[in-house]
Amino acid sequence: MGPLLPNELIAIEWNYVIAILIGIAFGYIMEASGFSSSRKLVGVFYGYDFAVLKVFFTAAVVSVIGLYYMDYLNWVDITQLFVQPTYLSAAIIGGMIMGVGFLTGGFCPGTSLCAVAIGKIDGMLFTVGLMIGIFVFSELFAVFEPMFERSNLGHITMVDTLGISPYWIIFGFTIIAVVVFALSDIIREKVKKVFY
Amino acid sequence: MKEEKRKNRHIYWNPYFGGFLLGLLIIMTFYITGRGLGASGALKSGVVAIVHTVAPAHAESNLYYSKFIQEGESPLNNWLVFEAIGVLIGAFLSGTFTGRIKFSVQHSPKITSRRRLVFALTGGVLFGLGAQIARGCTSGAALSGMAVLATGGFITMLAIFGTGYVVAYFFRKNWI
Repeated sequence: MGPLLPNELIAIEWNYVIAILIGIAFGYIMEASGFSSSRKLVGVFYGYDFAVLKVFFTAAVVSVIGLYYMDYLNWVDITQLFVQPTYLSAAIIGGMIMGVGFLTGGFCPGTSLCAVAIGKIDGMLFTVGLMIGIFVFSELFAVFEPMFERSNLGHITMVDTLGISPYWIIFGFTIIAVVVFALSDIIREKVKKVFY
Repeated sequence: MKEEKRKNRHIYWNPYFGGFLLGLLIIMTFYITGRGLGASGALKSGVVAIVHTVAPAHAESNLYYSKFIQEGESPLNNWLVFEAIGVLIGAFLSGTFTGRIKFSVQHSPKITSRRRLVFALTGGVLFGLGAQIARGCTSGAALSGMAVLATGGFITMLAIFGTGYVVAYFFRKNWI
């Protein structure tokens, strides 16, 4: 039963080979979906292009349905999959800073790597910026630490937070995604087209 | 204008198709490795490696860098670094097949390349800082987190996109 590497169903030596192959697929899908273009990415915030929203939420819905279905079939043990710890204030503050960074720079870390790969100079500067930001955080870690460590809720999932069956959460999430997709098409019809 | 429109529509994959494939990739990644995808983690390893090379004593005494330094092993010897190398290769392949490889600065006709580059660098700094605070970026925290229903993933996703909509008005000149 999966996950394969942690349960030693695949030899650990394959770890980095798999990492590169998964990375290639990830980069290919992002670039082919247009994520190497900052003006396509930020379109979601101005209503002229909802590709980010559609790709992102389709991927989230497909993956959560797939993983829980594989758990149901006993192909994978969902409890062995990594759930990041929820640090409430850090997640909110960090997310807000990333939101401003997204609108300022037009990329996020994964998409800027795609932009670098096809020669976008703005993507290269964004990536340099990322490293400067990480450097600043690390050097000033003592300043950020209290906020970084505050309100640790542990490795919780929405099942713990909402206290209902994961299947209802996934069902609700899927409905929300479909409604949002439909709304985004209506909005896009009404917004002035932007060509890039 | 008509030509432009045609380009806009057909140049990239249908977003639902791309999203479906990305979803399958996330399932496969969790099935094989037990973890999700990531992007900012590789850059963090890069920064740790640089600082550790330039100023080893400083890196080892710093509370944050030292979390990622192990005796006798490079910080670059890390799953996410190899994944990020793959991302560069994959994006390069896709760009090659579609003829999109070109040195260029993409910006709205209303602003100069110089302004675009200054904003790109600034945005990168902010995003890098935010991703460290939130312990992950759009791929590592939000997307991979949502795939396993992690509460933190949903919170980070809402914070990124919610803030994006709030501040979008102030940045409109750069984009539309």
